[in-house]
Amino acid sequence: MSLLAEQARSMRPAWGGSLARGLAPLAAGLVLAVVLQVFIRPYIDPYPAKLLLDIGINCVLAVSLTMVNGFTGQFSMGHAGFMAVGGYASGIVTYYASMRLWGSPEAAGGVLSGILDLQGLPLVTKGDVLFLFSLLVGGTVSGLLGVAVGLPSLRLRGDYLAIVTLGFGEIVRVLIQQTRPVLGTAEEVRSTPTWQLPSHVGGSLGFSGIPTYTSLFWVYLAVAVTLIAAFRLKTGTFGRAFLSIREDEIAAEAMGIKTTRYKVTAFVIAAFFAGIAGGLFSHTLGIGLSAEAAGFLKSFDVIIMVVLGGLGSISGAAAAAVVVTLLPEWLRPVAEYRMVIYALALILMMIFRPKGLFGVREIWERAAWSWLPGWRPAKGARR
Amino acid sequence: MTSDAPMLDIRGVCKSFGGLKAVSDFSVALPPGRLHGLIGPNGAGKTTVFNLLTGVYPPDSGDVRLAGRSLRGLKPHQRAAAGLARTFQNIRLFPDLSVLDNVKIACHVRTTHTMAEAILRLPRHRAEERAITERARRMLAIFDLDDRQTEDAKNLPYGAQRRLEIARALATEPKVLLLDEPAAGMNPQEKLGLRALIRKVLADFGLTILLIEHDMGVVMDICDRITVLDYGVIIAEGPPAQIQKNPKVIEAYLGEPATAEA
Repeated sequence: MSLLAEQARSMRPAWGGSLARGLAPLAAGLVLAVVLQVFIRPYIDPYPAKLLLDIGINCVLAVSLTMVNGFTGQFSMGHAGFMAVGGYASGIVTYYASMRLWGSPEAAGGVLSGILDLQGLPLVTKGDVLFLFSLLVGGTVSGLLGVAVGLPSLRLRGDYLAIVTLGFGEIVRVLIQQTRPVLGTAEEVRSTPTWQLPSHVGGSLGFSGIPTYTSLFWVYLAVAVTLIAAFRLKTGTFGRAFLSIREDEIAAEAMGIKTTRYKVTAFVIAAFFAGIAGGLFSHTLGIGLSAEAAGFLKSFDVIIMVVLGGLGSISGAAAAAVVVTLLPEWLRPVAEYRMVIYALALILMMIFRPKGLFGVREIWERAAWSWLPGWRPAKGARR
Repeated sequence: MTSDAPMLDIRGVCKSFGGLKAVSDFSVALPPGRLHGLIGPNGAGKTTVFNLLTGVYPPDSGDVRLAGRSLRGLKPHQRAAAGLARTFQNIRLFPDLSVLDNVKIACHVRTTHTMAEAILRLPRHRAEERAITERARRMLAIFDLDDRQTEDAKNLPYGAQRRLEIARALATEPKVLLLDEPAAGMNPQEKLGLRALIRKVLADFGLTILLIEHDMGVVMDICDRITVLDYGVIIAEGPPAQIQKNPKVIEAYLGEPATAEA
């Protein structure tokens, strides 16, 4: 046993306290999500509520991509591909399971996934359990695809991952377009063997009829889980190992960091959360889930959030997700120029602040604001 | 293992790049506690030897044994885990991370907790994080870097970056430490400090050290034995006093002595 592990044995805290402190932020996130849904949602209009959903989903996407593009310094350009895979996978689960179990694809959720009428419903129902299960399926399928895409391309150095992931997104998009029409009646679903159901997702017409479970509760629960997982990874020994790969892969390897393994791991974790975000997206009221969800433009949106926020900054990515989601709403009058504005912002960023606005720092760290005019390092930080 | 069995045993290692024989039939055995120097003119193949030892590229033939265990086929990170640490000739720190994090990263290889334990903040994670912080601080104190913990590594002065590289390598709990020109770019006073520091860590950490160095003052002063490499071939091996007088070594460094017909 190593000296370090031996020394750590004598420092080990009690299980109970660790577990309580470990789960406390998650419990807090759960409570906040419930409060948001039960006490705040009834008093806000559908439009700002939809914006809040979009912000949350984009937060999950941006923070998860930060683990790849920010922490390990690889460049994935196919995050929307993983999101679409997760979205379709979880949509297949809820739509066809609802058809088989209850004969109708209608959402059968309680208050926590209620969108319109919150009166007289129980808090949680069997439908919510199905939805949670479908989200996990979406994340898992996406994560497994992450292994398949990441293993061959992350063994190599350089920009291979960017090329492979760009292609991956396109492959997903084209494959989805080749699928068969959605089965609209319970009889059709019953007479089709289960293994064939995943191929009936609507092709280029889009997957319509997915039950609308996504609510502020589910979205912000996912945001909380993603933020907690990302932040705890970053501040622990695995996060430092991820960052060391970005900083100097050869030195990291020489210090005993399993660089290939960790690049794949970060990639798979990111794909998992992208899959969850996809599940949340596909069960949102009023979106038409189609092959375009896997398109390059969506991937580019997420990359913008990560690069603007700072490569490696979790809070930066989350903040950028909020801004980049709201920006098109404010820029309605010049909507056609959205991509031009984004591209300009990216170019300026690469010239003046190549590591993003906050770099690797979190927004509450003093060093994150070094780009502001008149910024001074904290007293005692330098001698 | 008996005490006189070699800690690092390099046997007949060869490496060619295309038609160039970079290293041929390199054999050196280092008993535990040895401070062994590796010198030679520029391009003699010294750094290639380090890269072969650490697994950056595989040797064409020959074997390396660390504490009796063959390292054949192991990747660089597996060799680090086996107890082989190195510094780099052209400093390779993690530039945008803090001085403390640079050392903490090197502790990762000795941790035993899983990623799930880290995300759930379970006891083993908490304990090992504490142990990592404590060890990293101790390392920085030994290398006189403890008042610069929060600075980015890239902002350190050159000599301090060299010291940080050694501190980082030691944090991996190595059995054998490979130092690639640690005195390069240091001023005379820093070099004096470095000599004392290398002697100190050799004793305090129970290390075996293989040292590449161009500065003859440093090499002749601190090394127990020296191997001289020229065009990838060992031309001499022995204690510093002998090496200094060896005509082959003098020839390799200064050229052939003048002859009558010239």
